Amino acid sequence: MSASAPGASAPAARGRRWKRPPIFIQRGWLRLVVYGGFVLYLALAISTVEVNWSRVAEGMERGWRFVQGFLTPDFTSRSTDIVKGFVESLTMTLTSTVAGVILSIPIGVGAARNIAPLPVYAVCRAIVAVSRSFQEIIIAILFVAMFGFGPFAGFLTLTFATIGFMAKLLAEDIEDIDEGQAEAMRATGASWWQVLNWGIQPQVLPRLVGLSMYRLDINFRESAVIGIVGAGGIGATLNVAMDRYEYDTAAAVLLLIILIVMAAEYSSSWLRKRIQ
Amino acid sequence: MLRVEALTKRYKTGDKALTDVSFDVPSGQVVGLIGPSGAGKSTLIRCVNRLVEPSSGKVFLGDREITRVGRGELRRVRRRIGMIFQEYALVERLTVMENVLSGRLGYVPFWRSFLRRFPQGDVDKAFALLDRVGLSDHVDKRADALSGGQRQRVGIARALEQDPELLLVDEPTASLDPKTSRQIMRLICEICRERGLPAIINIHDVLLAKMFVDRIVGLRAGRIVFDGPPDALDEEALTAIYGSEDWNAMRKEADETAKDAAEAADFEARAQAGAA
Repeated sequence: MSASAPGASAPAARGRRWKRPPIFIQRGWLRLVVYGGFVLYLALAISTVEVNWSRVAEGMERGWRFVQGFLTPDFTSRSTDIVKGFVESLTMTLTSTVAGVILSIPIGVGAARNIAPLPVYAVCRAIVAVSRSFQEIIIAILFVAMFGFGPFAGFLTLTFATIGFMAKLLAEDIEDIDEGQAEAMRATGASWWQVLNWGIQPQVLPRLVGLSMYRLDINFRESAVIGIVGAGGIGATLNVAMDRYEYDTAAAVLLLIILIVMAAEYSSSWLRKRIQ
Repeated sequence: MLRVEALTKRYKTGDKALTDVSFDVPSGQVVGLIGPSGAGKSTLIRCVNRLVEPSSGKVFLGDREITRVGRGELRRVRRRIGMIFQEYALVERLTVMENVLSGRLGYVPFWRSFLRRFPQGDVDKAFALLDRVGLSDHVDKRADALSGGQRQRVGIARALEQDPELLLVDEPTASLDPKTSRQIMRLICEICRERGLPAIINIHDVLLAKMFVDRIVGLRAGRIVFDGPPDALDEEALTAIYGSEDWNAMRKEADETAKDAAEAADFEARAQAGAA
């Protein structure tokens, strides 16, 4: 309150220096060695990258042909392939997102430590970990080998990837809820299912819907990628066009992908804003 | 009505929150539970409906020993005990009506609560209670659209919707301004008298407690150090509960603060009326 209050410290002497304490390493010399070593390693690593300049020049030339293809996209000569590819991709995207979200809800609930018993939690977390540890392409290669070329393998791949993504984020969201609301439901004598439906669901539902829209986005983009390893869809069409050096058709496919991704992006962000 | 015998709670961290706490609450009595922060007030009332599991000791509601019942039976016991929370603990994204009806969760099967199809009697009661707490115009508003005082009124209606035989009230006024605090305390105590409902009210505002309750229990470091009528709460008793302090000076100051706050609220109300 006042300067004369007992216990207040004496006014500091002038010229007393102050420096922000370092964030990571307290000892000065050690900090110098660690950071210096890192810079040295970086310099050495960059110097070992071999650059074949004549090959780069050749690449530029091919790139130029590609750019020319882009300037004259050809939508017509392979139009049936393109339409078929997009229909397959969109079907794959929608079905796998719906299936993946439906399957991910029980797993996400089970993977939330604050509402699931330990054994259930362990199993669900294991499922999430397995699903998330493989990139879509690796899973797609596996499913193509199991079920043959085509969109069914793609559907399974995207569903599998969606489960890990959605379940993990849903579980984290449930763990972050305001416990007071769930506690209040418990105090009224609500059963576990009622606490889930009344105390937890209203808190996580808007984000669940938003994430599903986001995942729909991701699944469409992934469906183009996994087509390249044989899982059907627009990726397969694109791959064939590249193999035939039909850069104008490939350009048409890429342009359409960009358009659809942008449309999905805008509509999903609009929807997410609406449901908050 | 409620009997607590030798209740002890030790948390996993080893902290002893309650030591050998015993008291009775007869039918229709409103008990104010006071004590410094961390004295174990919240833990004590949460041990009554077992939102916190006591380490040892017994709690009886009527002749039912709450501390011994199994999970299914615990739900039936909890629905007889209404609870009102410090931060209201309303489900923010549900409507006022849904929040009040959630008081019936212990009585209805899951499908009814899931489809929001409560028996007509429950709905009638909810309308009557909303009328009683003065929120008839806000039935279909979302809980997060209400002010603090209004939210706590919803909390009170939710607790009463349970047809409770006992009310547990955890710091009902801690997030409210002085004027609303008094209104809420008055409402709770009026309702308890109307229904002959016994209540335990955790409250850190000693003056407010003395104004409204029939009996005061003082808790310090997990032990009961005072138990008697509000008039018997003198300086000596306050020192036993909170430690030494110039109580009279504080009381005068508190009176002035309350007066200032009331004046400020009046002023604001007038200013708003003027603006409109």
